[in-house]
Amino acid sequence: MPKLKVNDIEVEVEDGLTVLQACEKAGAEIPRFCYHEKLSIAGNCRMCLVEMEKSPKPIASCAMPATEGMNIKTNTPFVEKARKGVMEFLLANHPLDCPVCDQGGECDLQDQSMFYGVDKSRFKENKRAVPEKHMGPLIKTQMTRCIHCTRCVRFATEVAGVSELGAIGRGEDMQITTYLEQSMQSELSANVIDLCPVGALTSKPYVFEARPWELKKTETVDVMDAVGSNVRVDTYDWEVKRVLPLINEDINEEWISDKTRYACDGLSNQRLDTPFIKYNGKFEKASWSEVFKIIKSKFENSSKDKVCGFVGDLTNMETGYIFKEFFDRTLNNNNYDSRSDSRFLDNSERQNYIFNSSINGIEDADLIFLIGANPRYEATILNARIRKAFVNNNTKVISLNDSGDLTYPYKNLDGQTKTIKTIFEGSEEISKEIISAIKPMIIIGESLLKLNSAEHLFNLIKNFLKKNNKFTEDWNPLNILSCDAATVGNFDLGILNSEKNLLEELKSNKFEIVFLVGQDNLEFNKKDEFVIYQGSHGDKGAEIADIILPGSAYTEQDGYFTNLEGKIQKAYKASYPPGEAKEDWQIINELAEVMNNRKLFNDKEELESSMFNYLKLQQEKRTTDNKEKTNLEFQNEKLNIQLKDYYFSNVIARSSKTMIECNNSKLNIKSTGTEG
Amino acid sequence: MSLRRPAKNQPEIFEFSPSSLEEANKIVSKYPKGKQQSAVMALLYIAQKQNDNWIPLVAMKYIAKFLDMPYIKVYEVATFYTMYNLSPVGKYFVQVCTTTPCMIRGANKLVEACKEKISDKENELSNDKSCSWMEVECLGACVNAPMMQINDDYYEDLDKEKTVEIFDKILKGEDPKPGSYRGRLNTEPENNRKTLMDVKNA
Repeated sequence: MPKLKVNDIEVEVEDGLTVLQACEKAGAEIPRFCYHEKLSIAGNCRMCLVEMEKSPKPIASCAMPATEGMNIKTNTPFVEKARKGVMEFLLANHPLDCPVCDQGGECDLQDQSMFYGVDKSRFKENKRAVPEKHMGPLIKTQMTRCIHCTRCVRFATEVAGVSELGAIGRGEDMQITTYLEQSMQSELSANVIDLCPVGALTSKPYVFEARPWELKKTETVDVMDAVGSNVRVDTYDWEVKRVLPLINEDINEEWISDKTRYACDGLSNQRLDTPFIKYNGKFEKASWSEVFKIIKSKFENSSKDKVCGFVGDLTNMETGYIFKEFFDRTLNNNNYDSRSDSRFLDNSERQNYIFNSSINGIEDADLIFLIGANPRYEATILNARIRKAFVNNNTKVISLNDSGDLTYPYKNLDGQTKTIKTIFEGSEEISKEIISAIKPMIIIGESLLKLNSAEHLFNLIKNFLKKNNKFTEDWNPLNILSCDAATVGNFDLGILNSEKNLLEELKSNKFEIVFLVGQDNLEFNKKDEFVIYQGSHGDKGAEIADIILPGSAYTEQDGYFTNLEGKIQKAYKASYPPGEAKEDWQIINELAEVMNNRKLFNDKEELESSMFNYLKLQQEKRTTDNKEKTNLEFQNEKLNIQLKDYYFSNVIARSSKTMIECNNSKLNIKSTGTEG
Repeated sequence: MSLRRPAKNQPEIFEFSPSSLEEANKIVSKYPKGKQQSAVMALLYIAQKQNDNWIPLVAMKYIAKFLDMPYIKVYEVATFYTMYNLSPVGKYFVQVCTTTPCMIRGANKLVEACKEKISDKENELSNDKSCSWMEVECLGACVNAPMMQINDDYYEDLDKEKTVEIFDKILKGEDPKPGSYRGRLNTEPENNRKTLMDVKNA
């Protein structure tokens, strides 16, 4: 632990830290462009120059390791002159187009030139001009503004794991580009927009939309996948203009996936803004009281057990809970489920459906075994964490299936469930590897849980891990990779029906009334059922509905979501539901009032406290019964990873034009055939 | 220095010839396992030699695969160094030195000869596509100024007429004799030495 002085303040820093980090610890802010905490050190912008005692020249603090007895000065005229010199060079070739630059207002160069910039230029020659580069549908380039910090290049190579960006040419002719200007093939590509300290890489869908100071900023969570990335939603009026990442070291670090960032334009397309009733196959606008009246009479004219309900993949927990209460208390039946497929779930223990090792735990793991999961598309941010583990610790990754490029090397097996069986019966080489690993991670994808012998395999895996003492106090090797934001929350709330197979009954048309809340993934042939659809977008669910109740999307209501690790997080209201649409919990509450003359809950607070009470009770009720089930059926199957189309995995993404463009750019790459 | 960008017309296939392949494998084997990417510069040079003094994009891809590294990394290296030619330069690649000593001794006459005989502009192929020229900085043969380099050989002590003669030969496909064109052996003084007369074997 070296001790050093920064501006006469003594600081003690950990080994291996740089002078820049030591200065920050001492409270001295250092301007920088190329340095970024999460990337490797380049040391090429020279903005972080500081004065070091006994050094005749200023030193680049980001690239200098902090050592014992250093005496650093950051506020002397010498330092200021040095930084002003650097800034003058940076500005020599930088265009003065801040008024038309999208980075304006949140530009590092703009901010720092306020302090270190000189008011006039001594550069009389022509400024260089660099042609724009094509980098795909998300990244707009204006390469004349580039100051060659190479943050984007380092991000692509190190974090995203796709070495597609590079700096070509040299000196004044140096240019940042993708290989032959192909679009970047990464689901994390748009993070380079945040990383770019100037306006060289800006957001294409957000081009010329707003200035940062005009936007209302709401800190919330994302629902595009089950990771629950922390995001900031920027709104102008009621329209969501953009989504940016927030730092949460336990979940998404500093990154978000492209879908999280750019599906937000789907929030203003295909919206259901008023209640609809279907007359003779055509939807007609109606009022809330009308639709409630019809629903009431429908419920009254059919028997209780002929009603069923399904909750969707983006609904928050409050909605799920009040939906359950509505069925339990108002309709007195339990024909509800949150699964849209017949997947195996044993919810007697919470660890059976969450990602127990936690996302941070990935970095401690020494062996990762993916079974029926493709984290690159199912949980992009989590995949970036696996890559980080691989880069830092050379973590071994094994996948049952060949999942293509996961951005890190892995060993792939044949994809047969027979292989899982032999491995977890302990007779394979990999079995020994798992046994000898101190912190192994078994990541089970949803595709495995949908198999016929899912129960057998799941118990086999769990028992194998138990038998070999892999469950310890600080490590739980069993991980389920959920794909949807609402999955774990719904399971926590017990929105399940384990007594009967509702899906089969629905498919054989046994129900008279089907109540769908944001559920668009059911596959059944509608016959005489009366379908009530409550949701935000006109998608598959609304298509088959007889009555549409317009609800809200995740940015339009406060609501809790539990991410795949079981962390409960609140999404905050950033905007308002369009037109007549209401918040989801309110709709069900009002419907209950119409039916029974009594609201289920007086207000949101009551709903929340009741929900948390329920969650607490549920947690206490769960006993760890260690009954080993035997005689479960096993049949060998081919385990195919059923991936949803990455850019169209939920209603919001399906309504987003940007997502369509992203998908098209992928297709074009595939069809050229010259990349192989 | 002009912008270094790949040529528009690119061949479709590139593969190392057996002799190049042998040479490449020899170079790769010098590096420890997993570090074979270090051989990228040498391999680019081999590819350039094999392919009439220039490196097409397919060759970069071929080398990237050969060394198991991303395409962009090879591309970066190839665009960085000026001695890698990214567009066709002809079978005879003429580099005329125009740095001070050569310039004083009349390098501009050589440039004139290039313009007359090969092509009007630098980096442009001659009519029969066999030859191109460019001005370069000091090639380190100032004692024999003015001079030029054609492929691997130096042609020294030139004037305009001699240069034209050389160009006539190469345009016909002959290989002119390299070295001094005023009958000097290497860099020895003309008409016998004037200094160190008392030393026998100087």
